[in-house]
Amino acid sequence: MPSWLMAEPRPVPFRGGGFAPRPRRWVGWAVFAALIALAEIGTRTGFISALTLPRPSDVLLTFGELYRSGLLWKHLLPSLSRLAVGALIGASAGIGIGILIGLFSLIRAGLVPLVAAIFPIPKIALLPLFVIWFGIDEGSKYALIAFGTFTPTVVSTFGAVDNVDRTLIRMGQSFGLSWLSIVRKIVLPGALPGILSGLRVSLAIAIILLVAAEMLGAEYGVGAYILEAGSLYDLERLFAGVTILSLLGLGVSAVIGVAERWLLRWRH
Amino acid sequence: MELRLEHVSHRYGATEVLRDVSLTVPEGRILCVVGPSGCGKSTLLRLMGGLERPDAGAILQTGDPPEGCLNPLTFVFQDFALLPWRSVAGNVSLVLEDRPLGRRARQAIIADVLERTRLGDFARAWPRQLSGGMKQRVAIARALAVRPAVMLLDEPLSALDAQTRELLMEDLVALWSREPFTAVYVTHNLAEAVRLGHAIAVMSRRPGRLREMIEIDRPLEAREVGDVELEARQRELWLLMREEARAADAELVDG
Ligand SMILES: Nc1ncnc2c1ncn2[C@@H]1O[C@H](COP(=O)(O)OP(=O)(O)OP(=O)(O)O)[C@@H](O)[C@H]1O
Ligand SMILES: [Mg+2]
Repeated sequence: MPSWLMAEPRPVPFRGGGFAPRPRRWVGWAVFAALIALAEIGTRTGFISALTLPRPSDVLLTFGELYRSGLLWKHLLPSLSRLAVGALIGASAGIGIGILIGLFSLIRAGLVPLVAAIFPIPKIALLPLFVIWFGIDEGSKYALIAFGTFTPTVVSTFGAVDNVDRTLIRMGQSFGLSWLSIVRKIVLPGALPGILSGLRVSLAIAIILLVAAEMLGAEYGVGAYILEAGSLYDLERLFAGVTILSLLGLGVSAVIGVAERWLLRWRH
Repeated sequence: MELRLEHVSHRYGATEVLRDVSLTVPEGRILCVVGPSGCGKSTLLRLMGGLERPDAGAILQTGDPPEGCLNPLTFVFQDFALLPWRSVAGNVSLVLEDRPLGRRARQAIIADVLERTRLGDFARAWPRQLSGGMKQRVAIARALAVRPAVMLLDEPLSALDAQTRELLMEDLVALWSREPFTAVYVTHNLAEAVRLGHAIAVMSRRPGRLREMIEIDRPLEAREVGDVELEARQRELWLLMREEARAADAELVDG
């Protein structure tokens, strides 16, 4: 008698699945909530001393005070406008030049080494230079943020253009489309996913540089607020400021998410 | 319009791909090109369509393209080459937008070719929503929209399963019967070649030369699956190609 007749049938063990990210909205919030709850309980029970970590509820109170006194907007609005102007200049220049690099071999040969040389420079180190060039006021801050956003945007943009499916471009040529049509209707939409995901990184860098610029000479701004709180070892205010930055980051990321869902609706 | 190749040779670096190919694509007929893999069929098609220049020889067009022709030499690609960010109608529209056509005329052409390829109900669908067969029908609709003088099809059905392929062959025959077009149809499926070809050019392995030109007189509409005469022609083709295919298969790709 063959052995399979006597043996008990067993289900085939499952070993597929995984490696496919699926949206799990609440998990992110749960992690935040758990960490904050942990800090709150720790500081209340004395397990964490008040010197090492402020109590989250105190941070919230400080935040409420900041809001009521009107100081919140006084700090936030200049920061937002610096971020908007600087990132807009940097990202549009980066996307523009990135596309040119992607399209023209001569420009690529000329600029790629330059970009590679500029990329690793910590842009904050150049702030004194920007102060001389663009003035101590807003100009140098715009320049710092713009410059810092520019390099990563260039790199991700020309990478995205390089990755556009060549067979689609050949198709366009074979139907006699004009060069401009091929760029507008095939290359740019094809590069858009890569450009947008590059922007996520660039804009996070823009926020970092915003704070750096404001720490080095600004009366108002989230960076100035954090610097002041830090020098007084006022941890509640320090954390209130840091929370604003985190929220700013979440906001920027949400805006890009909305743009992606709308511009790339052909994907899902 | 007729397409004529005279002593065409081509090479990529050290690889000689085509050697002294001469042939004619008569107006209103479908010429199938078969040959072992890597023998230069796609290269031949790209040369015919002006996407590349031959190293030697000439590619000539005689006669005028038909009335209202927008793009005389028009490709249909194996992988469809549809823009995923445009709807079905948008993909057809793409190839008309650079032409001096009014909005009305453009809409009329789009509606007409989608109707002819039975895609009328899917005008607003995204490519990702379509099956492979439907995608290729969109690509065929797009090619028809520019009223080509010669259609250049590079293994248009190779990415599809056998049943879908059969259906699309019937579609192509119906399209041709309704309005005969000139076409060069590259394939390595001999059944497709005997179903769709008025003539079949058999190529040798690389460097590709024209080995034999086979004519099939039976009208396209009268050809059916399991037709005895066609099966005989297909066997004849296979015997011609067999040794070449075996030798080509044993070669190193960059050898
Ligand atoms: N752009 C290119 N640069 C260099 N070599 C190429 C290029 N295109 C094709 N070749 C080479 O030329 C030869 C013929 O290629 P081609 O694609 O024309 O063959 P084919 O008959 O269409 O093959 P298949 O049946 O695989 O589609 C191959 O050896 C291929 O590697
Ligand atoms: Mg090929």
